[in-house]
Amino acid sequence: MDCTGKVVYMDNNATTRIAPEVLEAMLPYLTEYYGNPSSMHTFGGQVGRAVETARAQVAELLGAEPSEIIFTSCGTESDSTAILSALQTFPEKRHVIKTKVEHPAVKSLCENLDTLLGHKHRITRLGVESDGTLNLDSYKAALADDTAVVSAMWANNETGVLFPVEEMAVMAKERGILFHSDAVQAVGKVPINMKKNQIDFLSLSGHKLHAPKGIGVLYVRKKTPFVTFLHGGHQEKGRRGGTENVASIVGLGKACELAGQMMAEENTRVRALRDKLEQGLLAAVPKAILNGHAELRLPNTSNISFEYVEGEAILLHMNRHNICASSGSACTSGSLEPSHVLRAMGVPFTAAHGSIRFSLSIYNTEDEVNFVLAKMPGIIAGLRAMSPFWER
Amino acid sequence: MWEYTDKVQEHFINPKNVGELDKPSGTGEVGSLACGDALKLTIQVDELGIITDAKFKTFGCASAIASSSVLTEIIKGMSIEDAAKLTNQQIADALGGLPKEKMHCSVMGREALEAAIADYRGVILPMAQGNVVCECFGVTDLEIIRAIRESNLRSVEDITNFTKAGGGCGKCEDRLRELLQQTVQAMAAEKATKPTAQRLTTLQKIKKIEDVIEREILPTLKKDGGGIELIDVDGDIVTVSLRGACSRCQSSLTTLKDYVEKKLREQVAETLIVEEAR
Repeated sequence: MDCTGKVVYMDNNATTRIAPEVLEAMLPYLTEYYGNPSSMHTFGGQVGRAVETARAQVAELLGAEPSEIIFTSCGTESDSTAILSALQTFPEKRHVIKTKVEHPAVKSLCENLDTLLGHKHRITRLGVESDGTLNLDSYKAALADDTAVVSAMWANNETGVLFPVEEMAVMAKERGILFHSDAVQAVGKVPINMKKNQIDFLSLSGHKLHAPKGIGVLYVRKKTPFVTFLHGGHQEKGRRGGTENVASIVGLGKACELAGQMMAEENTRVRALRDKLEQGLLAAVPKAILNGHAELRLPNTSNISFEYVEGEAILLHMNRHNICASSGSACTSGSLEPSHVLRAMGVPFTAAHGSIRFSLSIYNTEDEVNFVLAKMPGIIAGLRAMSPFWER
Repeated sequence: MWEYTDKVQEHFINPKNVGELDKPSGTGEVGSLACGDALKLTIQVDELGIITDAKFKTFGCASAIASSSVLTEIIKGMSIEDAAKLTNQQIADALGGLPKEKMHCSVMGREALEAAIADYRGVILPMAQGNVVCECFGVTDLEIIRAIRESNLRSVEDITNFTKAGGGCGKCEDRLRELLQQTVQAMAAEKATKPTAQRLTTLQKIKKIEDVIEREILPTLKKDGGGIELIDVDGDIVTVSLRGACSRCQSSLTTLKDYVEKKLREQVAETLIVEEAR
């Protein structure tokens, strides 16, 4: 089947489509069930029960207790809440450990901690290997007596590379250090069971797993000390003020239920599609390099550098065929430097500027992969023909 | 996503004059792989000093490719003397404009043309003789001062948009601010010593400003539910207060500088600086 004229969406690490089942579950809460979950009347009460059902659905996917689930507005809010909570729990500890490849939600927060909390902090930014993996020896060496919290992502958004966060959490807990993981990219793609690990805080975001934008979750382990970030009413047992975003919460619950059912497909069919796309591109395009560890990564993500061409130009040509993806190139970000993730991995500039991230979902088809495989070599060859560095 | 004009899209999708001339009269190479964009321009010049042919090879984003392509179209048939006077603004204008953050692509075009002309003439460009200010992108103080003067830059952000300087690690920010201040002051001093064609009395100036605001600026702002009031005129400093929708608008600074100040400079005096009443 030809995909001409239809959108071929391979940018699911940026955001995903809302699953039809999710939308269906949400609609009643945007129409007739508009009550406030906190109200005393039955009309509001039934909405409150829907929120609790969603909480149980999220907990089920994470192997958590429903009481450990706090609904937030997004992954960024969850990250901020967790890290600030940990630092306020141990105000005398002023050391934070994170990796150099964290999402801006964590990266930027850590850069602003001194202003936010009114005193100096020491931030250790752990480097990564050239394949994007983490060296546990340097992590262990960084753990100190004044470390309040460690924040490490479960899976990297740009390369999909997985960090051994469960192992890292054990090492932190031995030293009495709280552990946070931004699992926004990992939830629904790789199995997570909070009963079998020691992670204190875990962030997730609805729109990365086929729920709407504007809804997130912070998992907080039972007995982990918690300091509220958003003060207000008694919602979320006083841990997060603000009237619940009911429809989105219901949608996220449904999306988590679906993700549990789809996990196997994600790791078989989607992985096979990703592999076909990746191997096809690496074979068809000379000087194409895979960024990130080939095995230790998400089943849906492939980050490929096309040397001597620039990412924005590639994306715009792909866009003409309605193929959606992302790039770590400087020109796409508004900044002038290529992706901090690829730079931390030591990817040479010849390759970093020409990196393209394909991120698939269960909605992708083999036809779409074939379509992209048919279009990409011509796009790259065309741009290389006008590059002054090609064939030098 | 960037808002590119149809002209940019057109030159990006179907670039003109891609390649390298066999035996060029002049070659200009600027940028590098590390910088994220680079351009190699080759020109053919006949015995009368006319550019008869031009070809380019570009590594870079859509606006870099489009700037290079349109540049070759502009200079073909031009005399070397005229080509030497080409500004980056003319390149950007030929594309129907570029996003602010992409203006450096047009600057790269002009730099490559200058380098090619210098190569043809067998001279060395003075720009390369300055001191490097931005280590990340290898931008010299002479290049920065020139951009400030030519494009009337007024902030460090402007400098980054036009020259890329300061867009990397950001360590040179203080130095950029210093260069900006010095250059702006120097420009003001030069202006002051120049006899102005029609010196306005303060009263005339205020009347003219009021007139332009009433006649042109206010009606435009009103269309968006906004308004403006003249508060004070002190020398060249015009203090205004934005009203209605403008007072709450995120982009009120842009309105003030890009629209109000521009209009007043065009119609009253080039030296005016518009500020918002605090």
